[in-house]
Amino acid sequence: MTDIPISHILFVSTALFFIGMYGLFTRRNMITMLMSIELILNSVNINFVVFNKYLYPDKLDGIFFTIFIITIAAAEAAVAIAIIINLYRSHRSIDVETAEEMKY
Amino acid sequence: MNYASYIALIPLLPLAGFVLLGIFGRKYFKNSSGIIGTGLLLISAALSIYTAYNYFFVDGKVVNAIQGSSGNGAVLSDSYQTITAIKFTWLSFSENVSIDMGIILDPISVMMLVVVTFVSLMVHIFSLGYMKGEERFATYYAFLGLFTFSMLGLVVSSNLFQIYMFWELVGVSSYLLIGYYYDKPSAVAASKKAFIVTRFADLGFLVGILILAFYGETLDFNTLITNLTSQQSSQFLAITTASFVGVSALTWGLTLVFVGGAGKSAMFPLHIWLPDAMEGPTPVSALIHAATMVVAGVYLVARLFPLFTITPVSLSIVTVVGIVSAFLAAIIACTQTDIKRVLAYSTMSQIGYMMFALGVSGYGGENGLGYTASMFHLFTHAFFKSLLFLGAGVVIHFIHSNEMKDMGGLRKYLPITNLSFLVACLAIAGIPPFAGFFSKEEILLAAYNSNKIVYLVALITSGLTAFYMFRLYFSIFWNKKTEVHDHHGEGPFSMKLPLIILGICSILAGFIPFGDYVSSDKTAMESHFNLMFSLPPVGIGVIGILLAMWMYKRESNKANKISQSLGGLYKAAYKKFYIDEIYLFITQKIIFNLIGRPAAWIDKNIVDGLMNGIANTTASVSGFIKGIQSGKVQSYAIYFFGGIVALAIVFLYLWK
Repeated sequence: MTDIPISHILFVSTALFFIGMYGLFTRRNMITMLMSIELILNSVNINFVVFNKYLYPDKLDGIFFTIFIITIAAAEAAVAIAIIINLYRSHRSIDVETAEEMKY
Repeated sequence: MNYASYIALIPLLPLAGFVLLGIFGRKYFKNSSGIIGTGLLLISAALSIYTAYNYFFVDGKVVNAIQGSSGNGAVLSDSYQTITAIKFTWLSFSENVSIDMGIILDPISVMMLVVVTFVSLMVHIFSLGYMKGEERFATYYAFLGLFTFSMLGLVVSSNLFQIYMFWELVGVSSYLLIGYYYDKPSAVAASKKAFIVTRFADLGFLVGILILAFYGETLDFNTLITNLTSQQSSQFLAITTASFVGVSALTWGLTLVFVGGAGKSAMFPLHIWLPDAMEGPTPVSALIHAATMVVAGVYLVARLFPLFTITPVSLSIVTVVGIVSAFLAAIIACTQTDIKRVLAYSTMSQIGYMMFALGVSGYGGENGLGYTASMFHLFTHAFFKSLLFLGAGVVIHFIHSNEMKDMGGLRKYLPITNLSFLVACLAIAGIPPFAGFFSKEEILLAAYNSNKIVYLVALITSGLTAFYMFRLYFSIFWNKKTEVHDHHGEGPFSMKLPLIILGICSILAGFIPFGDYVSSDKTAMESHFNLMFSLPPVGIGVIGILLAMWMYKRESNKANKISQSLGGLYKAAYKKFYIDEIYLFITQKIIFNLIGRPAAWIDKNIVDGLMNGIANTTASVSGFIKGIQSGKVQSYAIYFFGGIVALAIVFLYLWK
């Protein structure tokens, strides 16, 4: 089995990161924004796993990090969706621009 | 005899009444609060009388060797000692500087204990009927308790600071009670006026205390007097050599203390609050503005009397202020038509008597006659003046008006009031054998011995007193017939009982050999009685009464004719010699314009301007930067990301 060069995988993760970033900045729908954040998190996960695998194959630190991030992402998604539902109840919309008044 | 076991209860019981009724009265003791307050005061009064008995007849007297007045050797004499019943340190700042609280018993404080508790008890009983059905009945009794507590604390004070504290407490309770009918604008104005005028005077008092305490190196009365009266002590030298504008610090201190006393005692020219204070309920006027609080100034001068005797200047100020107040108030009283105001000016006049009696007095032996006379007059005046006020209270309760023109011919409706009012009028006019005769006689004798002019003015004043009191009496109880529908008669028994008791006291109080108990150096003093001397005052009193009878006994317009023929003088007296107007002119035109407005301008433009400037700067800066906080989550994310990128660039490439 020939190893896939590390640069390929990093390229995928960078692409994933910027796709997520783009989605986060341009979408107005909160659910989509949440999904974009998941993309960003996953790109980070890929980075952790890849660096762990290629640089320190005898250690598991990066993988643990990834597991933690996945766990926290799940929790974060729960909280975010609760917020979104409440926002929907009060504003009848999940457009992020309608929540602007919450700055006060 | 151990006084400490119960003496503290005398002031503390009314305080307990105040706390109890003040907190729970309106809810739980709506109807029984009067009984509770009166009951507590009854115990207090009984204890005071017991104390007085013990002090004067059992163990107050000590036989001691004192230096004879000529200075050649010691003579044996028995005198009343000063007992410090309770003393504890209240505030201790350092080892040498501390403020004590204490109770001292000496002839005048014991006498005052009896007077205050007794009159207060009478007023409590009277109010049971008079104030019945008031919305704030419990509050009224709470305030009465507070007043009684403060007044008792004042008279037994062992040091200057304690007396000052209670002095202010008395002022506060007076303020509360004058403003008792707080929905009446005139009552509110009167209470404010009383408070501000007396506070203004108390400023003098405070400065005086500070001067005396600084040089005397103590606050305690006895130590202070010992320190400052002995000619050799370092404190005496310090206070007499230090001077300001050519007057020694001792004179300044005492004069300023007297200013405080004059304010509380409504002496000219600080008397303006007293007539207005009559806006309070009538029993309150009887208690506070006739019998007890207003004599606090006299009491204060008497308390520091040994110091006053070594300062002739201060003492002559006391004399002049006293005699001027006595005379002026008597003239004004002749023209007033509100019966309570007549009584108020009469109070001021009588307190003037007490003041100048102190002023003409010397220290010790025969010279101390004025001191004894003053205290004696204070004692008898408390009875007949509170009787007059309570009588006026019955009349007002009956007629529902304060104005003389609404009254007349009431003797048929109010027989007991009529009789007791007559007794009190005779007493204040100085007709023997009523109480006022004896005390006024001694005052006049003291004045005669020391200063003939004072004596003359006092004599005229005594004639005026008789005239205006009987003007009042005849206008209320004789004169024209008033049609009244008699719906509640003279009032309940609780209103008649104090009148009867005080009436008996007004007859009998004069026979007490007062000089045996109270004198300037606390030794017994013989009071001589001279028939020839007492003829002029009694004579002039009788003339005053007859004149009043001729003018007012039957309905006629003699009084109007006389007042018209007097013209401007009558008008000036009726307008109280425009003193109120002068005060208004000075405060509103001069002080407000010259000091108040510039101060307000500085406050508005400079002080406020500075603050507003700071606030405006902050506001404009925040207005400039607040656009960043747009509420758009995504723009925040861009800033965040931009920041991260910037930091990454800095750390990766530039931070080498």
